Amino acid sequence: MTLASKGAAIDIRGVSKFYGNFTALDDVSLRVEPGEFMSFLGPSGSGKTTTLNLIAGFTDLSTGEIRLGERSIGHVPAHKRNIGVVFQHYALFPHMTVAANVAYPLKQRGMGKAERAQAVEASLRKVQLESFAHRYPSELSGGQQQRVALARAMVFNPSLLLMDEPLGALDKKLREVLQLEIKRIHRELGSTFVYVTHDQEEALVLSDRIAVFNKGRIEQVGTGHELYTAPQTLFVGQFIGESSVLRGPHRSAGDETALTLGGATLTVPGAAKGEGPQVILLRPEAATVQAPGTGPRDGRTNVVAGTVREMLYLGSAMKYEVALAGGGHVIARTATQESPFAIGSPVEVAWNPKDSTLLADDGSTAAL
Amino acid sequence: MRLRLPRLLLGLTCLLIAVWLVAPTLVVIPMSFADKKSLAFPPTGFSLQWYENFFTNPQWFGSLVTSAKVAVMVALVATVIGTMAAIGIERMKSRTGGLIRAVLITPMIVPGVVLAVGVYAVYLDTQLVGTWAGYVLAHTLLAIPFVVIAVGANLAVFDARLETAAASLGASRLKTFFTITLPLILPGILSGALFAFVTSFDEVIVSLFITSPQLKTLPVQIFSSMTRDADPTVAAVGSLIFMATSLIIGLGLIFGTRRRGA
Ligand SMILES: Nc1ncnc2c1ncn2[C@@H]1O[C@H](COP(=O)(O)OP(=O)(O)OP(=O)(O)O)[C@@H](O)[C@H]1O
Ligand SMILES: [Mg+2]
Repeated sequence: MTLASKGAAIDIRGVSKFYGNFTALDDVSLRVEPGEFMSFLGPSGSGKTTTLNLIAGFTDLSTGEIRLGERSIGHVPAHKRNIGVVFQHYALFPHMTVAANVAYPLKQRGMGKAERAQAVEASLRKVQLESFAHRYPSELSGGQQQRVALARAMVFNPSLLLMDEPLGALDKKLREVLQLEIKRIHRELGSTFVYVTHDQEEALVLSDRIAVFNKGRIEQVGTGHELYTAPQTLFVGQFIGESSVLRGPHRSAGDETALTLGGATLTVPGAAKGEGPQVILLRPEAATVQAPGTGPRDGRTNVVAGTVREMLYLGSAMKYEVALAGGGHVIARTATQESPFAIGSPVEVAWNPKDSTLLADDGSTAAL
Repeated sequence: MRLRLPRLLLGLTCLLIAVWLVAPTLVVIPMSFADKKSLAFPPTGFSLQWYENFFTNPQWFGSLVTSAKVAVMVALVATVIGTMAAIGIERMKSRTGGLIRAVLITPMIVPGVVLAVGVYAVYLDTQLVGTWAGYVLAHTLLAIPFVVIAVGANLAVFDARLETAAASLGASRLKTFFTITLPLILPGILSGALFAFVTSFDEVIVSLFITSPQLKTLPVQIFSSMTRDADPTVAAVGSLIFMATSLIIGLGLIFGTRRRGA
């Protein structure tokens, strides 16, 4: 038998999932390109696993359609979907050796013994566990078990591989090693990968694109860079990377909006987003801390006064948390200074309007 | 050194309890070698005639064969039904599961005599008294609770997510059951089967009600022999069964622990 190894596209169209009258997924649509590495990122309970389970066929769709390549798979039973899945809890069969675990999907597909042995060895080699073939899962470390699970999920060359927080149970160091390994395997296989995580760093390292989930909806899909520099919702802006949020009454004039914050007028490009209250999202590296009375300089025309509340020395940079006179606070990251501002000293925070983003206030807070 | 006395007392107590538990069984062994037809302890003389009687007298040996056949059939039927029931109950999310479980376990709780009277009444009408089917049906009823409990306990620690994993790897529900679920709950099924066998093999009460001169199980034969006269063949049977069960349980323990160690 020949096993195709090209990645397949996934098309999720208007998919919802209800549990009783609770909506776990609310009209989600998403396209994952063939061979793409897509991550699902979002807080706990936002519907990442639910979406993955719908693709894998572990749960039934309430409404909508899912296509894998040309095939509509919404009503195909899980065991006929030919999708590889790696679970957070490994799910290795404890009564089988590593080799038997990896051979299991090939057996189901009726592959001959000799061919099977070869494929198992090749797959184990990809995860550097050839010499562990005869061990039982209980004789392996967590990281090794997850490698076996990965070998088992890819041995039948599925066009799509799903992973639900596969590294969630491992320590940080091992996680980083395995991230690189997963990325390499993705390159070698050419399959489409969908990867669930709630670790944004992991998502940024691994993915071509990231889908940000919140409360059963997808807030935004884009590359890590797009999500960081051009978030479309306050939730995304706050979820990805560090940021400060400034709130105040606004007035739009043409292609520019101004927010009033304790006497200061802060401008930001773009017209107001919708009818409701607006916020300015500011990244720490866009803001500068300067001595009071310095005023606008080098295009940094937005200036607000405040007091240093916290000062952290980060080696290559310094981080200030400045409490603003008009309420709220700004986090600023600057290059290391010879004589930094002390905690409690009055300062000004300044930034270039085009380095900040205007967003509708959806009420989300940075609490993570 | 101060620990010595308490330790001694503890050891002595344990020994006493052990003797208390095992002695009645062990007493049977010397009695089985008696040379006179009496069940006195300690016995006088030595002979193997009661063993000989057991194996040559068709009344005795026939009842052993009957008991063994019934017990094997009961073990098979009860294990299949009990295992399926345990799996079904485990998968049920609603309260119905608990209810069904309670119903299945009642034969274990209801006093044997009460059950026996009921079974007898039904059997009279349906002409099942003294038949193979009668024994197997009644004993299976009594054995199912043990299988449900043993398999249920094993299912409670079985990781059902492995079945999801198997599905993702291309195994159908049936394939998954035979390649993943069954091997992993096999210890529970085996111990359930063993319990079922033993339950049937030494069942007296119901059997006494539904017995017939043509088809008698061993416990019924022992019981009627005891009430008729003091035949030391009973002691010979007791010794044989004691040794056989010790052997089976011993092997089971060794096999069981080795499985778990692997
Ligand atoms: N079987 C179920 N019955 C009822 N509600 C469910 C069920 N499965 C999931 N949910 C609900 O659906 C929502 C989404 O769950 P999901 O598992 O997809 O979250 P998640 O994004 O994977 O979160 P996490 O990061 O914690 O894994 C949650 O609020 C959860 O409580
Ligand atoms: Mg999840």
